[in-house]
Amino acid sequence: MKANYGYKDGSGEYFITIDTDKCNCCEECVKVCPAGVLEMVPNDFDIEADDMPAVTEKERWKIKYTCAPCKPVDKESTPPCIEACKEDAIEHSW
Amino acid sequence: MEKKESEYWRWKEYNWKSPELNWEDFEIITAGVDIGSVSSQAVVMGDGELFAYSNMRTGSDSPESARNAMDWALKDTGMSLDKIRYVVGTGYGRVNVPFANKAITEIACHARGANWMYGPSVRTVLDMGGQDCKAIRCDERGKVTAFLMNDKCAAGTGRGMEVFADLLGVHIQDIGELSFEIDEEPPEVSSTCVVFAKAEASQLLREGWPKNKVIAAYCAAMAHRVFTLIERLGMEKEFAITGGIAKNVGVVKRIERELKIEALKTEKDTQIAGAVGGALFGKTLVEKGKG
Repeated sequence: MKANYGYKDGSGEYFITIDTDKCNCCEECVKVCPAGVLEMVPNDFDIEADDMPAVTEKERWKIKYTCAPCKPVDKESTPPCIEACKEDAIEHSW
Repeated sequence: MEKKESEYWRWKEYNWKSPELNWEDFEIITAGVDIGSVSSQAVVMGDGELFAYSNMRTGSDSPESARNAMDWALKDTGMSLDKIRYVVGTGYGRVNVPFANKAITEIACHARGANWMYGPSVRTVLDMGGQDCKAIRCDERGKVTAFLMNDKCAAGTGRGMEVFADLLGVHIQDIGELSFEIDEEPPEVSSTCVVFAKAEASQLLREGWPKNKVIAAYCAAMAHRVFTLIERLGMEKEFAITGGIAKNVGVVKRIERELKIEALKTEKDTQIAGAVGGALFGKTLVEKGKG
């Protein structure tokens, strides 16, 4: 499942996409995020599955700002959450 | 002089009970309670069949709203709450349902509910709620494959429509029909913002726009806003809308026009989709021995 958290406003689209089919629930993304944007939550979509990472409710409507310090200026580097994910399960839309 | 009515936004609360079914014939009775930001529904299902439900306004106290909705759904059924094997709480206030066995996100419940309501061909569901709007993709069993929630603001949602109804002095259930009583589609209004709606609508009325034209413009703006959500998530046939706005033909037809696809229609109450999904999850949990 592709879970999209975020919003669209006059300045652009800000979505963090977590692909739960790729995610192995290792929790690394939650640990490396310096702003506490991610948390592990029960997987309501599949009751047999482990807890999955999600963007916290508090951060969902302001990730443009919260995630800004991690956004690289050069093209080569990537934000820590994406870097930490061995399964390539996290994407940022901006 | 005509008597002034002040509550144009107020939609009618109601409850329903199956005229044929009797709770004593059921093996597994489950319930879903959907506590939304604007409305709350309690749905009671016996062996996966709809038995009774209620739909009412959410009060300031979520546990109280949950209890009221459930009491009203059970009224005249001859059945008491303790006969229900499993209760799933869902919606914005899902953790505040005191008698729930489990809370499940409304995204999962709406997909499951839409699958029940519109059949297994549904792949894209738009849940237009009181204060947010969600686009959901699901498989033939109603299991979510992707979702997108846009919960930054309440523009283009049920509450926005309520504010708008009050502002123009039009009953909320009449907005859809009135939005088509125009000569031609008006240009889009610049914002669907609930806060700015008042300023913008009065400006248009001052410029001489007839009331119905303002309504049409607002419906179109709302439709466009949710269209961009679906555009981002990707559209797969069949398409269905759940939630209160599904009852507003003015918005639904304009969404269909933008998407170039017709939404599935149902005789069932689109506002109970989330609670129905919850009750069905409850049944599955009981059957799997987790209840």
